Amino acid sequence: MAQISLPKNSEVNKGKYFKDKTGSKNIRKVNVYRWDPSTEENPRIDTYEVDMDNCPSKVLDILNKIKNEIDPTLAYRRSCAHGVCGSCAMNMGGKNGLACTKPHAEIDGDIDIYPLPHLKVKRDLIGDLDGLYKQYQSIEPWLKNNSSKDTTEIFQSKQDRAKLDGAYECIMCACCSTSCPSYWWNGDKYLGPAVLLQAYRWIVDSRDDERKARLKKVADELKLYRCHTILNCTSACPKGLNPAKAIAEIKKMLATANV
Amino acid sequence: MSSYNIIDHEYDVVVLGAGGSGLRAAVGLSEAGLKTACISKVFPTRSHTSAAQGGISAALGNMGEDDWRWHMYDTVKGADWLGDQDSIEYLCKEAPKAVLELEKYGVPFSRTDEGKIYQRPFGGMTKNYGNGIVQRTCAAADRTGHAILHTLYGQALKHNTEFFIEYFALDLLMKDGECKGLIAWNLNDGTIHRFRAHTVIIATGGYGKVYYSATSAHTCTGDGNAMVLRAGLPLQDMEFVQFHPTGIYGHGTLISEGVRGEGGYLVNSKGERFMERYAPNAKDLASRDVVSRSMSIEINEGRGVGKDQDHVHLHLSHLDKSVIENRLPGITEAARLFANVDVTKEPIPVVPTVHYNMGGIPTNYKAEVLTVNGSEKTVPGLMAIGEAACVSVHGANRLGSNSLIDLVVFGRAAAKRAAELIKPGAPHEEISETETQKCLDRFDKLRNAQGDNSTAELRLAMQKTMQSKCAVFRTEKNLEEGVNEIRKTYDGMDSISVKDRSLVFNTDLVETLEFDNLIRQAVTTVDSAYHRKESRGAHAREDYPNRDDKKFMQHTLAWCDGKDTKITYRPVHNSTLTNEVQYFPPQERVY
Repeated sequence: MAQISLPKNSEVNKGKYFKDKTGSKNIRKVNVYRWDPSTEENPRIDTYEVDMDNCPSKVLDILNKIKNEIDPTLAYRRSCAHGVCGSCAMNMGGKNGLACTKPHAEIDGDIDIYPLPHLKVKRDLIGDLDGLYKQYQSIEPWLKNNSSKDTTEIFQSKQDRAKLDGAYECIMCACCSTSCPSYWWNGDKYLGPAVLLQAYRWIVDSRDDERKARLKKVADELKLYRCHTILNCTSACPKGLNPAKAIAEIKKMLATANV
Repeated sequence: MSSYNIIDHEYDVVVLGAGGSGLRAAVGLSEAGLKTACISKVFPTRSHTSAAQGGISAALGNMGEDDWRWHMYDTVKGADWLGDQDSIEYLCKEAPKAVLELEKYGVPFSRTDEGKIYQRPFGGMTKNYGNGIVQRTCAAADRTGHAILHTLYGQALKHNTEFFIEYFALDLLMKDGECKGLIAWNLNDGTIHRFRAHTVIIATGGYGKVYYSATSAHTCTGDGNAMVLRAGLPLQDMEFVQFHPTGIYGHGTLISEGVRGEGGYLVNSKGERFMERYAPNAKDLASRDVVSRSMSIEINEGRGVGKDQDHVHLHLSHLDKSVIENRLPGITEAARLFANVDVTKEPIPVVPTVHYNMGGIPTNYKAEVLTVNGSEKTVPGLMAIGEAACVSVHGANRLGSNSLIDLVVFGRAAAKRAAELIKPGAPHEEISETETQKCLDRFDKLRNAQGDNSTAELRLAMQKTMQSKCAVFRTEKNLEEGVNEIRKTYDGMDSISVKDRSLVFNTDLVETLEFDNLIRQAVTTVDSAYHRKESRGAHAREDYPNRDDKKFMQHTLAWCDGKDTKITYRPVHNSTLTNEVQYFPPQERVY
């Protein structure tokens, strides 16, 4: 039988318990994944009792409350707090999303907060997205237009511009890619839904002259065809985008066009 | 003495910040063949440029006749004559080129029926020197900042810009009044890095987080501004803080001026469109300071809506469904998420919310940092762009959609100027270790702080003081209380507490360093406001209700060493850059 050896620090231990000190009658237990690379210790789950009477509605509000009032050592990324920067992507109640737009009322029972799945963890809730960013660079996310550099704009019809809707809005939070089983197993080779959605955004931009070359570049057994239409990506997207459809469109273009 | 291992780097130019202006500069520098590093505490597309909604101004004339001189007049008037007209001329004249360049980079602008870039009306943007509304604000739906930021990041990748991401900058390295580089802390592995550079370009954005309620991101802490203060250089016009009329009540999320540009309007508890009284011509599209003051008056006089009558309503349900769907999808989502409002049926509850800092690091139109030592001088080796800079094109009040254009025009100008000044690969000067040591001592002291005051408590105290003492309307009494109160919070730093001692993603320490940056800017802001005894643009003094051009047609310069400030003034530039346009002399400002 095959021996599976897991890294020795893969076991998640029970961590500290922070009891409520406010005397609130409206308490929720919040379990948070913790790991500090500067110690030799295994990851652990710390539990915080949080006073919900004085906590606004989003999961990020809970984290801020913990950091400001209970435990300043908790590390997570955050910035805009209204779902446009993509910093606070994490796994909450078993589902990926943005902490700043996810209402905690939608999570039943104790609230479990983990980093995005299947990423290396840098610390606590901070995942390593370097690989995804490199893949993003590999699709060459810039306009390739051969028209001479004159002082007029490149015209684009309303209909052609509409093709970019649902693609250009992606905030690169990685909720989709890190919810995709194919990306979990082949994340180094398969581009994943976030990056393929961006590949699609440039393929369908009527101003771009390299459509065929772009299609050819992703037409690869691993880069593209590891998508098995599981559709977790579309279900995870906090911006309501549909990466699975974009991937299907790319496949369709490849099947019907002479690339 | 603290001891840290230091990793050294040498670059022709270091850009600090990777938002719209930093990325645009980095692209230009890479094109010019200069070895460029771009350092940012967040991944570039997480920068706050992503939150800009309504658009980017440029007199393209896609929706009817327009002229960059009209744009210039509007900007001068919007600035309440505190802007430098040479810089404003440069901004408005270069704007169309800069927008077309963005389009060529791939920004997915919305389009007109002819396939041109779509432009919408915006506050204070007029035709023929104040005679009627013009459509000048180029838009990618209501996600223009997001679209521009992602596109610029793509361009930077195309040009192989070297990024140092999730590095937190600590201090500038100065030698004899010249900037020689900076020191930064790599959050990913805890190492300390020293960057030598012939020029450092500061593009760190605004410092909205000195206030309690702001549309600004958590990361808008003006780190570059504070580094400049610590380097013994002044900040300019810090009293001018823009309150955006429409932040979502209770949450602060921005609702674009584009909503009013597309036909939305504000209503008080009596159901009146009250802006008609305050700005009979421009109405809801008067400039932001005017609208925010009008809203505050309505609320103060008891005509606010809601249980506490402390906000007003923004109506857009009368707009065509397709307008809401196609041009305002982002704010539709924001209103649903943060106000629980369906904009096709109900109004959005809104309140004036801190949004933008007109003040910042003084520069000329070439982005070179200025100081005053007897007379106006540039600081060799140092540039500033974007919201961190005070060029000054926005003067006492910025017009909506003039910030995105500021980013790209001056980001581009900085790169051009650096290319003129620097020979690629020129050798670097030795700098003494004392500068490095001074910086690391501050870092180490905060890292090991064992006091009683948590950073979060002190930050909250600062934010509450600024919110109550230095808001839309100001008085001598209020400001004096603010001047004293903010210093008490500053003193609280003597006993600050940091619980996390590690170096990898120690966000406790990051927030403490950010607080150290914020509190210095809070002090300069409230002090600058106290000393300006007139009303101009966003600085409205109830005890001095009029503009005083005789005394205050001047930029405030504030030096700040800890809690000690020195305030002086320098005259506003009273000439244009070229003969293509005449100086606009001060007039009464009515909308």
